[in-house]
Amino acid sequence: MSDDPLAGSRGGTATAETPPPDGAGRDNQPAPLAGAPRVSRRRKALRPYLLSVPAVLLCAGILYPFFLGVSYTFFDFSAANPAPDAVGFDNFTTILGSDAFWTSVRVTLTFALSATVLETVLGVGVALLLNRSSLVGKLFERVLIVPLMVAPILAAIMWKLLLLPEVGWVRPIAQFFGVNDYNGTDSPVMAMVWAVIVDAWIFTPFVAIIALAGLRSLPKSPFEASAVDGAGWWLTFRKLTLPMLWPYLLVAVIFRLMDNLKMFDVIFGLTSGGPGDATTTLQISAYLEAISYARYSRGLTYMFLLWLLVFVISMILVKYLRRIQDRAAGV
Amino acid sequence: MSAMDDNHFITSTAGRGLSRRRLLRIAGTATAAAASVPLLQACGFGGQAGTSGDSAANAVTGSFDWKKHKGKTVRLLMNKHPYTDALKAHRKEFEEKTGITLAIDEFPESNYFDKLTLELRSRQGNYDAFMLGAYMVWQYGPPGYLEDLQPWIDNTSATAAEFEPDDFFPNLLTAGQWNFENGAPLGGDQQWMLPWGFETNTVCYRKDVFDKLGLRPAETFDELIETADAITKKASSAGFGDMYGIAVRGSKEWATIHPGFMTMYARMGLTDFELADGKLIPMMNSPEAVEFTDKWAKMVADSGPAGWTSYTWYQASSDLGAGNAAMLFDADIAAYFQNEDTPAAGKLAWHPGPKGPDGSLDTNMWIWSLGMNAASENKEAAWWFLQWATSKEHLQYAATKKQHIDAVRTSVAGSPEYKDRLSKATNFVETFEEVMPQTAIQFTPQTNFFDATTSWAAALQQIYNGSDASGTLDKLANDLEGRVNG
Repeated sequence: MSDDPLAGSRGGTATAETPPPDGAGRDNQPAPLAGAPRVSRRRKALRPYLLSVPAVLLCAGILYPFFLGVSYTFFDFSAANPAPDAVGFDNFTTILGSDAFWTSVRVTLTFALSATVLETVLGVGVALLLNRSSLVGKLFERVLIVPLMVAPILAAIMWKLLLLPEVGWVRPIAQFFGVNDYNGTDSPVMAMVWAVIVDAWIFTPFVAIIALAGLRSLPKSPFEASAVDGAGWWLTFRKLTLPMLWPYLLVAVIFRLMDNLKMFDVIFGLTSGGPGDATTTLQISAYLEAISYARYSRGLTYMFLLWLLVFVISMILVKYLRRIQDRAAGV
Repeated sequence: MSAMDDNHFITSTAGRGLSRRRLLRIAGTATAAAASVPLLQACGFGGQAGTSGDSAANAVTGSFDWKKHKGKTVRLLMNKHPYTDALKAHRKEFEEKTGITLAIDEFPESNYFDKLTLELRSRQGNYDAFMLGAYMVWQYGPPGYLEDLQPWIDNTSATAAEFEPDDFFPNLLTAGQWNFENGAPLGGDQQWMLPWGFETNTVCYRKDVFDKLGLRPAETFDELIETADAITKKASSAGFGDMYGIAVRGSKEWATIHPGFMTMYARMGLTDFELADGKLIPMMNSPEAVEFTDKWAKMVADSGPAGWTSYTWYQASSDLGAGNAAMLFDADIAAYFQNEDTPAAGKLAWHPGPKGPDGSLDTNMWIWSLGMNAASENKEAAWWFLQWATSKEHLQYAATKKQHIDAVRTSVAGSPEYKDRLSKATNFVETFEEVMPQTAIQFTPQTNFFDATTSWAAALQQIYNGSDASGTLDKLANDLEGRVNG
């Protein structure tokens, strides 16, 4: 037996046949098992490359369609022009020079920020309510996830029917509260407001679930100490709960903001981007160009510009999240 | 490669210091380059626009025989529609008559054209024939996705004697003809689709409401506005609840423009584009067009439904059937289907709608037609199907036993059985016969039709919401001029 207590774990059970560490392992690799087939130098040399094949294929599977899509943006590819010519940056200059694009950017940011803020505020509120272990809370916890199970396009159509003044349920409710000029999504402002509300109806549970998980993982001692010190609910929430919960919330915020920047089905199902261009986000502009008008290169250019926007914003948020996590970990 | 060569390869690459990163880079580049060729080709790069060339119809010789393609299968891409239901109910007769089997794939209208566009773009010929409208010819025709049907019609070896193309309403046949030059009028020697069923646009109204309020159908556009306003103001006191005056489409899509709006626009003597020096000039912002559009938007705001900007044909026609609207300016058959099993059933009547200042009854239309895939490898059997599906035999059955209305053939439209069936709908036949001579495609043919009309619908929504009509339509015209001529 070796005097080295770790000999078994380093070299397996081989003892007498095991060559000394400096003999087998120019590369400091563990010695082969006794009786194991000898591996040729060629196979050894190839092994790292073979091991990387799955990763290469995975990367290719992700990056190939992406770069193919990007390459289309430099052509004038459309249904009417199946043999396209290279046009350089024409698609970019045309789109970036159009009012419609900047209107879409404004609409996209308005929708994404409004929906994300609303979902975060409501999600935290719901999580705080559920964190109290009441019977209603336990019941509500079970049904909370239901909107998330509904496909967003179906939710949008369902809400569209509810909002239709002639047949929906919202108008009578509005009239009950004295709102007699209810017009559904007719006005630009109300179209955006309802799009945000419908999005919040679907996705607030997502934020609530993450916030609830965060709340339940927080240590109890600081809260007990603050209770002993006589701190009120609001002070405890502001100075203790929220700062400790923030790393969890930020994860939800990043997910929701990225998703809301790319939101299509909720808005398209509800308003088709109207009235006028009041809810025409970048994603809807891309759909209209690529699918409705069959101008594929233009649609992909919109998509690429949207991807850039999402990429930049998410990078900033991820960097911020890391900083917060480092701070929480005391790094 | 020998063992020695292998060793040499390894040694030499190692000797050159081939790093893992470099190998991956080379492999990635090579893979992407190799893969991009077929994919780019599949996506259309490097392909060629279709050319009419020699038609496959010319290869058909001998006497015509319905059984010539016995045992073959024709694959159809169809929209879920009463016309398709009628076809499915009658398919057995076709299969017995020809020995050809029909394989039908149906998709709802909301994604039917997306599916069709992708199918045609792929040039795989997975479907031999499909449904389309005249406006789709302007998009699918120029790249060569559609088979020219005229050589098939002209070849007596390929076409049964009883087919009789002259039996179609002429305007419907003309709607499927175009030379693919932006702005050029419809017509010519090439037939890109065959009419199957269609909709003309008229006003359908509630007789009982008009009788009680002492109203008569409007003969001018101003009268239409006044009538709609009067109904909205008086319906409640007359016992019709919250009924509003007039239902028309209002959602942000091309289909908002083409029925009532375009019909009235054309009757006012207005055009969407004019061709000048080979360029399309948008005319939606002419002073007369601005005045008309402003009046239309105000009519809807004052006498139309709340929530109008989300109104498709379905909501508009449902409101008529449910008793929420007193008039519908839309497809005649959209109202026809509301005359059965609805609160308004039996109370509806049809009228051509307001005339233009010069008495014009110019009317726009939608035609559900059948076309053949230029990439089909089964064109003869597909043509056997197309001529049967648009034959008097099938269309008479579909129009009298099923819901295949309006009839595209004069013989069917004029048959006593068809007229008898429609007689329950007050003035439906009379209205149809009055507007039919002036029913045609009122748009200027051009490849960016869907962009132009969707943008037009968005502008209409903005005017409805209070934007200045002149400024909004000027901006629309400026934007469109670059896009349609680009």
